[in-house]
Amino acid sequence: MNTAESNALDDRLGISGQTLKATKGAGRAALVGYLPVGYPSVAGSLAAMRAVVEGTDGLGADMVEIGMPYSDPMMDGLVIQHATTKALERGVHTRDLFTAAETVADAGAIPMVMIYWNLVHRYGVEAFARDLAAAGGAGLITPDLTPDEAQEWMAASDLYGLDRVFLIAPSSSDERIATTMAACRGWVYATSVMGVTGVRAQTSSAAPVIVRRARQADPNLPVGVGLGVSNGDQAAEVAAYADAVIVGSALVKCLIAADDAGSDDLRPLREKVADLASGVRRQAR
Amino acid sequence: MKLSDYPDPRGHFDAFGGRFVPEALMPALQELNVAFQQAQNDPAFLAELHDLQVNYAGRPSPLTEATRFSEYCGGAQMLLKREDLNHTGSHKINNVLGQGLLTRRMGKQRVIAETGAGQHGVATATIAALFGFECRIYMGEVDTERQALNVARMQLLGAEVVSVAAGSRTLKDAMNEAMRDWVTNVDTTHYLIGSASGPHPFPKLVREFQRIISTETRATVLERYGRLPDAVCACVGGGSNAIGIFADFIDSPEVGLYGFEAGGEGVETDRHAASINGGSVGVLHGTRTYVLQDEDGQTTDSHSISAGLDYPGVGPQHAQLAKTGRAHYEPVTDAEAMDAFRLLCRTEGIMPAIESAHAVAGARRLALRLTAADPASKPMIVINISGRGDKDVDTAMAYFGIRGKADHSMGELK
Repeated sequence: MNTAESNALDDRLGISGQTLKATKGAGRAALVGYLPVGYPSVAGSLAAMRAVVEGTDGLGADMVEIGMPYSDPMMDGLVIQHATTKALERGVHTRDLFTAAETVADAGAIPMVMIYWNLVHRYGVEAFARDLAAAGGAGLITPDLTPDEAQEWMAASDLYGLDRVFLIAPSSSDERIATTMAACRGWVYATSVMGVTGVRAQTSSAAPVIVRRARQADPNLPVGVGLGVSNGDQAAEVAAYADAVIVGSALVKCLIAADDAGSDDLRPLREKVADLASGVRRQAR
Repeated sequence: MKLSDYPDPRGHFDAFGGRFVPEALMPALQELNVAFQQAQNDPAFLAELHDLQVNYAGRPSPLTEATRFSEYCGGAQMLLKREDLNHTGSHKINNVLGQGLLTRRMGKQRVIAETGAGQHGVATATIAALFGFECRIYMGEVDTERQALNVARMQLLGAEVVSVAAGSRTLKDAMNEAMRDWVTNVDTTHYLIGSASGPHPFPKLVREFQRIISTETRATVLERYGRLPDAVCACVGGGSNAIGIFADFIDSPEVGLYGFEAGGEGVETDRHAASINGGSVGVLHGTRTYVLQDEDGQTTDSHSISAGLDYPGVGPQHAQLAKTGRAHYEPVTDAEAMDAFRLLCRTEGIMPAIESAHAVAGARRLALRLTAADPASKPMIVINISGRGDKDVDTAMAYFGIRGKADHSMGELK
């Protein structure tokens, strides 16, 4: 690879892709933990995010996917909906994302924000990009924004140097996988099962297929796999072929159990993260 | 580009419309768009649809001159487009017949739908029975309670009805749940959207299947009266009946287009469903349009006495027609709608759906305004009676304090 190509690749890796390149260099996949801001409270969610980065002994998530609760979350399963509905009732606001991004960055992980598009649209796309960048956020994962409608976001993310992670799905054509990945900066989010988020007994057999298709379309852009991973064994399985393993509902379940019990004990969450963090380190590459 | 030529190939109506959906649905939307374009140019498809419209749904629907009602409208000439007389009792049948044929054409065997008042759910369950599809209907928990009759109708037709207890427990939440089902089962399932909203190509596709309302209206009025009407009026929730009766008039500027939104307890309160009059531009359910939302962009709860209008968004073409000024959108309160409901019952012997009663109330207001401005004008105003009111009898009984008991009894010697 010549210097120009290398620079171009670095540009495409953005902030979060560099982390995935580094973990890959260390012979493992990265762990991405999803948590919604505002649940069980804004302060409680910040503590939970720190716990997800730390695990039990400092080995936790490399990246935190900070979810912004939304009134009409098309992609979210019941577990995450339960938490985000509560978060909205308890008064979470879009601006709380920026505090969460700072918290995650301070804890030593990469903050990525997962947000439904209307909330960004309402805030103002460029203003949102500006404030997220100022807070140390790496970029956005946009579940209901594909590159087809993303002109404004492409411009704003270029202006503020933010990553843009779009989704690909098993139903995507090869052509769409290629164009979507070309529009990404950082990595691409492969949804491994058709459907909404949630813990599943088995990870999907479609997951290796979609990752293989992504690699064929673009061997240089890291691929994260989400939807369905709930324990270290499943994480290890996915880590064998993906650059990042994304875990959401399984973490949120820990918070729900604590909240329902009136407890703020983050120990179960830390242990879950530790299990997952060991999972991504125990792969057979 | 003429207004009637929208949407553009990417599904935009100027700044409105588009496709704001998970990638998992993009292939299905593309497939649907291609199937729809091919079907529109396929004489066999069009012939089969026409046959169903005539011999199954009972089209064309009549255009009734409402003479006694007109006396309450300053002497304007009020005409009623009688979609209430269609099979299943509303305009919804027009769209489901078209999408049902498309579903079969795409080789899918399962349909899902959202419903508010239950009219679209009943219509979908009907064509599912007709075509032999598996059918699941999502309905907000609040709506299953206020529209229990329609829940039973859907079940009798063989559909499975799922009550949605999330969020505001109304139409928008039913739509979220239907979207989730579709994301999961997109290979086998067609999401039969009933509203002229949602991601491209739905707003266009629903408009085209509802266009027959204005095609018939235009032809009947021209033939009977030798001219075009001065105004065409419809209620607007998502806006499918309204876009249907507007479609063939959009390029006729002499015809005023009026949409009446659910003003609930008043657009100045937070209890209404008037997205154009009381909302702001946002993205909801896959399309950019006017939305009821808070300062963060969270969708706020809508309210209307009419379940079918109780939706915090509106079809993107209505957003464009409002923005360009081609159509006018005004709110009608619950109270105004119920007054009009009773007035049409008493003057014409026609019990409109409460949704349609919003159009009746708004059209009467318009007629009184026009005739006050020019007493000699005698404007001709068409109202789309989008559905019949049988499903609303419980709501009307509660509203008017009618107990369903006889007024007098006789025959017994006292």
